[in-house]
Amino acid sequence: MMRSSLDPHDVCYATTHKDMAAAHGIEDAAELPDCNQRTPIRALFCLIAAIRLVLKERPSTVISTGAAPGFFCILAGRLIGAKTLWIDSVANSEQLSMCGKLSKHIAHECLTQWSHLASDTKPRFRGAVL
Amino acid sequence: MILVTVGMQLGFDRLIRAMDEIAPTLDMPVIAQTGRGQYCPVNMETHESLDAGEFEALVAESKLIVSHAGVGTVLTAQRLRKSVILVPRRADMGEHRNDHQLATAKQLSGRPGILVVWHAAELGAAIRESLANPDLPDGEPKASAELLNTVSSFIERGQV
Repeated sequence: MMRSSLDPHDVCYATTHKDMAAAHGIEDAAELPDCNQRTPIRALFCLIAAIRLVLKERPSTVISTGAAPGFFCILAGRLIGAKTLWIDSVANSEQLSMCGKLSKHIAHECLTQWSHLASDTKPRFRGAVL
Repeated sequence: MILVTVGMQLGFDRLIRAMDEIAPTLDMPVIAQTGRGQYCPVNMETHESLDAGEFEALVAESKLIVSHAGVGTVLTAQRLRKSVILVPRRADMGEHRNDHQLATAKQLSGRPGILVVWHAAELGAAIRESLANPDLPDGEPKASAELLNTVSSFIERGQV
């Protein structure tokens, strides 16, 4: 949904489901193991995979649209000095996700897709995918 | 068929009761996913919960969806290009922990394919109007220009 803003740039997409990326025409997406707060061992593997990916790709900007694997990429992005942007999922209309709350302290900028959850700094509201 | 859904977590008796009263006045069946409510509908086929596949199939078959103001339902309805009437849950009636559904509905109100009904008494008229003059989503959900510009601006200048 944000491809028109990303397409002018050299982009590496990371996903937990390569077939989902392929279904949207992205054949060379990097794959990270899916994980959440109830799967600590997988989360550790995912963190390592995210750091390896970011060290290999050396992005100038890391953007995450949510969940733990994306958060780990933001964390890894900070380690190499990348600009980092967290965009909390539009599904979270009641409160920011747990990773969203953490990203307020880690990412350079943090967006919510619901105006009633926004504040003056983090998270800000700058439109939505809906 | 009209599909009523209140999400898989909480009951929403105010909406289910209103729909049960309206159902006999409509010339099509009503299927309701009720959650764990107290009220027992008599005029609708009901399911306490539906798995994702069943829910999607029913949305695809439906003429109109009547729902609590849940983002999941809205995304599915927009993707399958179905009209949805939203009745937000209210904290002062014990229908949710807080009033985020009122805020959600306010932000979504007026978009193609989305109609918000703030009072259950207005629901019957809204359903008849929506069936007579369907207001369908105008395609796949799209990111707003503001969000796209913000992402571009962040990549180029590091500012949002």
